[in-house]
Parts: sequence; C-alpha cells; structure tokens
Amino acid sequence: MADRMEEIEQATILSKGIQARFQLGFGQSAKSHFALDIDMAIPGQGITAVFGESGSGKTSLLRCIAGLEKNASGCLQVNGELWQDASVFVPTHKRSLGYVFQEASLFEHLTAMGNLHYAIKRNNQTANPELLEQVIGVMGIAGILSQLPEALSGGERQRVAIARALLSQPKLLLMDEPLASLDTARKLEILPYLERLRNSFNIPILYVSHAVDEIVRLADHAVIMEQGKVLAQGDITELFSRVDLPLGVSNEVGAILECKIVQRDKKWHLMRVAFDGGELWLPNVENNENNTQRIRVLASDVSLTLSPHTDSSILNVLSGQIAEITNDQDPAMSLVRLKVGDNYLLARLTQKSLHNMALILGKSVWIQIKSAAIVR
Amino acid sequence: MILSDGDMATIWLTLRLATTVTILLLILATPLAWWLARTHSWFKGPISAIVALPLVLPPTVLGFYLLLAMGPNGVIGQFTQALGLGTLPFTFWGLVVASMVYSMPFVVQPIQNAIEAIGNRPLEAAATLGASPMDRFFTVVLPLAKPGFMTATILGFAHTVGEFGIVLMIGGSIPNETRVVSVQIYDHVEALEYAQAHALSGVMIVFSFVVLLMLYTFQRKRKAVGMTYGR
Repeated sequence: MADRMEEIEQATILSKGIQARFQLGFGQSAKSHFALDIDMAIPGQGITAVFGESGSGKTSLLRCIAGLEKNASGCLQVNGELWQDASVFVPTHKRSLGYVFQEASLFEHLTAMGNLHYAIKRNNQTANPELLEQVIGVMGIAGILSQLPEALSGGERQRVAIARALLSQPKLLLMDEPLASLDTARKLEILPYLERLRNSFNIPILYVSHAVDEIVRLADHAVIMEQGKVLAQGDITELFSRVDLPLGVSNEVGAILECKIVQRDKKWHLMRVAFDGGELWLPNVENNENNTQRIRVLASDVSLTLSPHTDSSILNVLSGQIAEITNDQDPAMSLVRLKVGDNYLLARLTQKSLHNMALILGKSVWIQIKSAAIVR
Repeated sequence: MILSDGDMATIWLTLRLATTVTILLLILATPLAWWLARTHSWFKGPISAIVALPLVLPPTVLGFYLLLAMGPNGVIGQFTQALGLGTLPFTFWGLVVASMVYSMPFVVQPIQNAIEAIGNRPLEAAATLGASPMDRFFTVVLPLAKPGFMTATILGFAHTVGEFGIVLMIGGSIPNETRVVSVQIYDHVEALEYAQAHALSGVMIVFSFVVLLMLYTFQRKRKAVGMTYGR
C-alpha cells in the first residue's frame, strides 16, 4: 500500500517535471557526424546541472528544449505543458522559457533597462513592478541600467542577461555555461548571484556546465552527457558518489553529503554536522541563512583503517562497508566506494594498500576523513 | 540665374524619379536581401548573380532588353496593356521600372551585408523572450541593420540620379516626363550650349560629392553593426 502511494506520488512529480526525448543529426544532416539521442526526466524545480565534456551535446540539448533546433524530432513536456511531439511544435516565442546564452547576447541598440523592458513587454503577464525591482536587486544591476551594453563589463552584461531572462517570467530557465566566457574573478563575482537566484525565484533551471565546482555549488540534480547521449541522471549526491562516471579528473573526485548543523563549538571554532551515517566535525562557518550544509569530501582526503584509531590526529572517523572497487586512471591507485548509512563516500587508495589490508566488497572498515570542504 | 526653367524642371524630375525609385526599391529589396542573407537554398547563387548583373552590364544592354520587354509585343508590355496602362517606354513609370532594375544591387547588397553581420543570435535571444518573427524583424533586425539601410538609401538614390545610358534607351528626352539632368546635359552639349552644360554639371558634381561625403562620414561613425560579444 505504501509502495502504491509512493508510485502515485512519483507519477505526479514526473508530470510536474520536465520530460524530454530528442533525436537530432540523423537523416537530414547526415553530413555532420554529430548526433543527439536524449531521453531524460528531471524534476520541475531546483537547479539541474547538465554536465559533460565539450562536444557532448549539452548546448544542442538546451537548443532543442528551447525550440531553436527545428530539425530535432522528439517529445518535450514541461510541467504538464506539451511543447513538442510528433504532431506539435510550439515555436520558441510561444514557449514560456528564459535562455541565458554563453555570451550575454544583449541587444546592442538598447540600454540595459531597454533590454529588461524588451522582456517585460512580451511576457504576456500583468505588469509586476515589484518583480522588476526584486530582479534588479538580486542581480545587483541598479547602477548600470542606463548604460548601453558596449559600456558594460563581461560580468555586468551577463547579470543583465540573466535579469532579462527572469523578467520574461519563464516556467523554465535554460542557462548555457553562463560563466564560461568569463575569467575566474568575474566567475566568482557572478556565482553568488546565481545562488541568490536559486533561493529567491521558484523557477526550475537547467544549468549547462563542464565545471565541477559550479555544479557542486549550485545544482540539486544532474544529467551527465557523453557523445550526445545521457550517461546518467539523478540526485547530485548519488551521482557524485559513483565510481563509474567521469565527474572530474582523478584528483578531483569526491562525494557530496547533505548535512545538518547540530552543534557549534565556540572554544575550538568547530561545528558538528550530522548526516545519515554519522557525524563530522568541521571548521565553524557562521551562516544565519539555514542550518543545512552541503559538504564535499575528496576521495584523496579519505583513508581507511581496519580498527578505530584513537591515537590519530584525524578528528572524523566513520564506520562503513566497501561497496565497490574500481581502478583509477593511475595504475598505482584504485577508487573505493564506501557505504556509510544511507550515503556514500569515495576513497582513493593505492593498489598496494588494498592488497595489504585485504579489502574486499562488503568488508567493514573505519573511514578517516582528513578534511571536508563546505560547498554551500 | 544660369539655370533655365527647363533645367530646373529636369532637376525636379530627377529628384522625383530618384525618390520614387529609392522608396520602391527599399520595399522590394528588403525581403530579397533578408532571404539572400539567411537562405541556404541552391537558388542563392543564381539569384545573387541576377541581382548583381547591372553592375557589369553596359546600361545599353539592359536598356535594349527592357525596351523590348516593355514594348507592345514584350511580356511586360502585354501585361501593362492588358491592365489598360498602355506601354511603359518613354514614360516616367517606364523610367522608374528601368531604374529599379539598374539600381537594385546598390540597395540589396548593403542591406544583405548588414543582416548577415547581425547573425542568428540576437534573433534567437528575441525569440526566447517571446518576440514573434514580425516583432523580431521590426525590433531587432531593423534597428541593428540601420547602417545598412542608410547606405542602401544613399547609394540607391545617388545611383539613380547618376544614370544616363538606360534613360536614353527607355525614356528618351521628353520634357517633364523623362528628361532628367544627365540627358539635359547631353542635349545642351549637342546644341553647343556649353554655359548651361557647365551649370548643370557643376550641380551634379557638388551633389555627388556631398552624398559620398555623407556616406563615408556616416560609415566611419557606425563601424560596428550588430552585437559585440564580451570585451
């Protein structure tokens, strides 16, 4: 009975979410070797990252969803609205979406404010001066509204472009590597605005990126693409703990844990966070916004012991079981997936240690965590 | 006053002709330029070549065939006769049609180049913001391609004022109907009225210089067409 309820709930969530099936590049344009063959279903809320190497089809997928690829065949449903199937093709301008391109793509003949008004005039909804004020505030562009785009910096242009997309009051916001054309300083300038965007507006966002750090910080859900196909999709914590996916180069592999802050220790400047599977001590971070933290534990910061050491400088020791062992790109190393409660951690160990400790699937181990980064 | 009433009449007729031709050409050339700028069709090559033909052909060749086509037995002639309009050669409207053919490339090409320079992206951005195709044309393409339209207008107008051969073939020299400035100068020289020829020719030189000066000043000010990405 409970299962049945869960199924019904699942179906409702799906009909509210976004289902996309696309095929592109077969037949008509056989000359281009590129082919897109997508089948995905993502939730109708939060940020979903679309991750993959350059040329894996991320941008094409977004363009298909926006209706900018006229040759794409398939089926697309967004929160219960049918945008495309065999007999229906809603043209781009009738789809309630916002699109932030890699380059800001502002209208050069209009001021920043003119660009915003272009979106407001066409969003088919009653005028909402509060929304305009809120968007300008969240994106921090009040001071540059009278400027022409050519007078703005790259970061400012991109913020105006994001504001413009928001003001069309879309049911779905598509962002195609909005930070890729910016240098590191500009990137760091915009990231907080994107976080505020996620917290302030209840719009599902598809966020294309090949930068693991952006995804870890922003996304709740991810679709991983390879050569025009969906390799995996799901919760970001689940995907980042898998050893069979190309999420980052080997020394960047790491699992994600969603934790609750349970105690702050003023004396040692630490805080205790709990997740299903145990507790961790982390350097204290004062944030009044919420008491949940997303932390990232790099595989290279995790080591294993067969007995609980109490004479070590390592503060965080958890118990768990070995769930999976794979070879690393480096022949000396292997990647071990550890089940800790309902969560998973990754550890990067030498093949030699694996052999010496006789580590096999299902074996119980003590997990030492040298450090963990708070990502949000 | 060196310019006679007859000379003034030819100046007004020339301006009337150039204005009419320019306006009609802008209306006709804009969709054509739009199509040429954005199509991947096989026809793009042949159509571009036909539009550009007046650039290389002697006006007499164009004039000759237009004369035949617009004559009583020509395709255009039979059509205009069927409409009860008579035949077009040696009338103002015949001159308008011939001038439009002759000046077409000077109007189509600047507009086509400007639309090509804008590219797809601004139109896609506008579409995602809810702008329909017509809306996109008037609010994105027209303002961004404005320099191209300005150049097209100036060149179309100036080129129509400057034509001679095709006027002589199609229009002849009928006062207030087809006798434009360039023909009047020719008639003056034929009649050895060098003073009058000087005066009209001087007007033409000053006019042409001012027009070209306008064009180049304008083009220098608005080098950038379309969007600039990043910095």
